[in-house]
Amino acid sequence: MADGHTAARHQPVSMRHMRLRARLVIAGLMTAALVAFAWSLSAGAMPVSWHDLLAALGSGESSMEADIVRQLRLPRAIAAFACGGLLALAGALMQVLLRNPLADPYVLGISGGAAVGALGTILAGATAGWIDTGAFIGALGATLLVFGLAHGDGSWTQTRLLLTGVIVAAGCGAAVALMLSLAPEGRVKGMLFWLMGDASSATRPWPALALLGIGLLAALPFARELNLLARGEITARALGIQVGRLRMLVYGLGALLTAVAVTTVGSVGFVGLIVPHLVRLAIGNDQRLLLPAATLAGGVLLCAADTAARTVVAPIQLPVGVLTALIGVPVFLFLLARHPR
Amino acid sequence: MKMDVRPPVLAAERLTVKVGHRDVVRALDFTLQPGDTLVILGRNGAGKTTLLHTLAGLRAAAAGTVLLSGQPYAAWPRGHEACLRGLLAQSQPDFFSATVLETALVGRHPYLGRWDWEGPEDEAIALTALASMGLDSFAERQVPTLSGGERQRLAIATLLVQRPRLYLLDEPLAHLDLHHEVAVLDHFRTLASAGAGVAMVLHDINLTARYASHVLLLDGAGGHIFGTVAEVLTAERLSAAFGHPLRAVADGTATLFVPA
Repeated sequence: MADGHTAARHQPVSMRHMRLRARLVIAGLMTAALVAFAWSLSAGAMPVSWHDLLAALGSGESSMEADIVRQLRLPRAIAAFACGGLLALAGALMQVLLRNPLADPYVLGISGGAAVGALGTILAGATAGWIDTGAFIGALGATLLVFGLAHGDGSWTQTRLLLTGVIVAAGCGAAVALMLSLAPEGRVKGMLFWLMGDASSATRPWPALALLGIGLLAALPFARELNLLARGEITARALGIQVGRLRMLVYGLGALLTAVAVTTVGSVGFVGLIVPHLVRLAIGNDQRLLLPAATLAGGVLLCAADTAARTVVAPIQLPVGVLTALIGVPVFLFLLARHPR
Repeated sequence: MKMDVRPPVLAAERLTVKVGHRDVVRALDFTLQPGDTLVILGRNGAGKTTLLHTLAGLRAAAAGTVLLSGQPYAAWPRGHEACLRGLLAQSQPDFFSATVLETALVGRHPYLGRWDWEGPEDEAIALTALASMGLDSFAERQVPTLSGGERQRLAIATLLVQRPRLYLLDEPLAHLDLHHEVAVLDHFRTLASAGAGVAMVLHDINLTARYASHVLLLDGAGGHIFGTVAEVLTAERLSAAFGHPLRAVADGTATLFVPA
């Protein structure tokens, strides 16, 4: 942004104002992320004061509080933040790819595939590590299936991709229902928790966090091209964009981000749909600002929601997906009522 | 004005365009020089948009070559063609909101590097283009609040921001009122007289007669007539191409074509 120039005789119009506002929003979200982390690390069955929290994080010494913070709460907070960011980023990408503001990361059947994979491994009695593997394989399988079916003859219309995804997701839903009804009693609860999204078993958050950084860095160089893609294929191509390549990139990246998120915390709903919308209302639809802001906002939302999920009715832990849906549904309906288009 | 040494803005050599198995044009040859305005006429479904997209390099030809400023599209460095030719596409629905100024700035994309942001110069170019379409007071409005005609003028302004050498316009007068129809065509006439080339799809034969230098008349079955306005715009040829009898009426200064 060429801020070095003074706005010559032209009245500075909305662009600079918008960008300033966007940067303020991003700075605010970074602060919110710190607050969410601090809350997540300090709240729980054993409250940790902020002073002890800094001590636990800052020094390597071992105490019960430090162990709880470092070994239980920190991985979980990072996992929730990373997956919230992954889902929000993937949702923003999918909404541009499909030119549909109602698209979310799951619309192309990725979470359905992951659910089939995860529940299949739970049904088979596998251990936690295998559940993640099953979910990831299921997610990638559904991605490739939808891509293959929708892209088979080389054409690529948003409608066809969307319909194929919806149908594959429906098929996965049927398979999930079948497995739930066949499952022995003892395994159903684990299956339901997985389906609703649950960060309690996320002990290895680093792959998700690393992918969040890589994914954002991979998407940002294409952000202005995504702005053009959102305006339609012909316009984008006439302005020199290789639309086919860009769509492949967005589709592949969105699918990978989603697959890792659902593998880590299950299919947490609404983050990928609501967060890009909320951010768009606040700062507009310039992907260069929207993508990082949505990533941060998604992380903050899921980190805070997960902390609430394990503290509001403690000692019972709610699946975080229930909370995000409970927050997400009214927020979304409110937005829809405000924008009757 | 060293027009003579510059290559033609656009040329087609033995160009054949098909939709499925149907021919849009067969073996079309024409040259568009700087200053020329070509109007493509033909009935609904004749393939005018398909031809225009082929001329824009967005669609492969079945045979023959399209030359943009003397070279095939593939010979230009990737992305550079967008600095040379711009396309006004038929209007598409907007699914996301944006301001008028943001939308117009899209036309600067070909001139910006991957990490560049639009600067004050880009904004000045965009505001000038918006002003030329009578939209300067609309810069901060949200696009979904605009009327159909205002959106069409915004699309034209966005194309003007792109500042190409060749303007390809698909029904530029769609949704426009009479005043803006004439204003838009006057604007492109000014650009042409400054050395640009313009090729557009129109449905108004009388505006074609007034603004075109050349006409390409498609018969809808792969046949075509290309020539100057005087050569192509005859009641007999138009009647055949549109499948409806037309009559030429002279009012002393101009010849008007009216449905018989």
